[in-house]
Amino acid sequence: VSEQQAPDNDVVSRRRFLSRISLGLSALAAAVVSVPILAYLLSPLLRPAPQEWRDVGAVDSFRVGQTVEIAFDEPSPLPWAGQTAQTAAWLRRNSDTQFTAFAVNCTHLGCPVNWRADAELFMCPCHGGVYYADGTVAGGPPPQRLVTYDTQIVNGRVQLLTKPVSFGEA
Amino acid sequence: MKAVIGWLDDRLGLTTVFKPLIEHPVPQTGWDYTIGSATLIAFAVQVVTGVALAFTYVPTPDHAYESLQFITDTAVLGSVVRGVHYWGATAMVLLVSAHAAQVFLIGAFKFPREVNWLSGTLLLLFTFGMAFTGQLLRWNQDAYWAVVVGAAQAARAPLIGDWLTGILFAGQSVGGATLTRFYATHVFMIPAIIFGLLGLHLYLVVRHGVSEPPVAGVPVDRVTYRQRYERLLHHHGVPFWPDAGWKDVVFALAVGTIVLLLAIRFPPDLGEKADPTMLLTYPRPDWYFLWYFALLALIPPQIEDAFIILFPLLLGLLFVILPFVAPTGERSPRRRPWAIGVVVIFAVSVAALLGAGYRSPWSPDLKASHLPASVTSGLSGSALQGSQLFETRGCLNCHTIAGQGGQRGPDLTQVGARLGPNELTWRILNGGRNMPAYGTTLSPAELSALADFLGGLR
Repeated sequence: VSEQQAPDNDVVSRRRFLSRISLGLSALAAAVVSVPILAYLLSPLLRPAPQEWRDVGAVDSFRVGQTVEIAFDEPSPLPWAGQTAQTAAWLRRNSDTQFTAFAVNCTHLGCPVNWRADAELFMCPCHGGVYYADGTVAGGPPPQRLVTYDTQIVNGRVQLLTKPVSFGEA
Repeated sequence: MKAVIGWLDDRLGLTTVFKPLIEHPVPQTGWDYTIGSATLIAFAVQVVTGVALAFTYVPTPDHAYESLQFITDTAVLGSVVRGVHYWGATAMVLLVSAHAAQVFLIGAFKFPREVNWLSGTLLLLFTFGMAFTGQLLRWNQDAYWAVVVGAAQAARAPLIGDWLTGILFAGQSVGGATLTRFYATHVFMIPAIIFGLLGLHLYLVVRHGVSEPPVAGVPVDRVTYRQRYERLLHHHGVPFWPDAGWKDVVFALAVGTIVLLLAIRFPPDLGEKADPTMLLTYPRPDWYFLWYFALLALIPPQIEDAFIILFPLLLGLLFVILPFVAPTGERSPRRRPWAIGVVVIFAVSVAALLGAGYRSPWSPDLKASHLPASVTSGLSGSALQGSQLFETRGCLNCHTIAGQGGQRGPDLTQVGARLGPNELTWRILNGGRNMPAYGTTLSPAELSALADFLGGLR
């Protein structure tokens, strides 16, 4: 007969109970703590994306048939955003009353396309995407035409509707 | 003094715990076994220099770049501290990659060290995570567009693409919230994960012992391996410190010296400050991602969507399943020629892609503006006008003539010998393959002038 007594069933079940309740409570506490942390970290996804009309200049300051770079403020940028509070776009005046605003992002991988006025092409410096003046693909890897912003003319001023950066229209 | 040392020894357990640990017997190994420990030292250097940089760096878009300018130009020896952090990052990426390649080559991932390999895989992954987040903190044009290019790849993911983009941007676009998140990720989150994984990795090295140099014809067998390893240690083992450790010290010192010299001799560039409205820029990632950047330019567009998502996942999957696919058997690279093949093919591919990335022949040369005088000097009339159109209408951005111009399209130095006037006109009008069609933007007179100019190039 061994000197060490095997613990009886009561002790075993008590230990199992204590172990389980301790682990369970700890897991619960961890879950409770992580709710506010996760919500805080994911807040940019939970907040609806605000869209705002931005004034980008007088209609008369753009010549018909020309494409120029414009810059506008993002909706509600953070106070420390500095230069990144702004976003650029290419604005083309198609006719007296019609404008097209192109996103600068190449639909391939998002690099900024350059308007080459003499060649009448947008060229991307990253992987060689090329687009015609109307934003359709002229060459290179881009899967689709340049993304556009909505524009409107109010009291002789051109306005652009901001939107989240995207790399193609769905 | 002796009493103090004795007290410390007793309370800390130096001779009872620490001494046996660093003097534990290890197989006699060569210089290739010092790569892993050098990676560890490089990490320590990154932590120390990183903490030093954080004393000054301001992680907000309006001042990050200026604070780095201050560190680089004004702070006492700041450029050296930043230089060591920069070149140390290069050292870490190289060392961790070389360590993975070496462990793969000598089959050290096999039984019983599968989890060593898996933890090492994660350490490799997070080292690249540090490299990506680190280059962003420079907050120059390259950094800004690297976030955008990263987000554009994430956006290709099915279903969760927009969600991932939102996470990377921390909002609608790169802005005030983006940099602070990458900063916290770079200085807190990933380092904490790396510390944890390193602890596990080192614990496992001690638990299973460092793998013995492989011998051809002596395969790993689950039943006999541990016994054989113990016997090897018993007969041929040497204490890790100092018999094996001195090599680690020498190699780590050599790496450290190179990093320091590079930091002094080639202090890293800051580039231009991030500005989303300055669009004339050539965004390029740091070299550790440039090869992938090149790959994305060269793969056929048809497979691109699948490639961008599946390539990283498949690469990760291969790393994870490796120790389970080949847990036993021969370790020696002499008996595993395919292992040598994989490493050589991978290294050559990355080197070739890096070279392509630096040349970027697929990008239009947006700065090309003039044909060489040797081409234009003898021209007159229509051909002269054609040569001017060639410069201004964007042809020169993609085509080289006599060494000047872009490399996107074919070299046209002798195009007149290949194509007749009608073929030239047809090509310019309709474009083709990757060439835009100029039918709507050139007048008939301009078109014939261009054809005259190009037809004369022989």
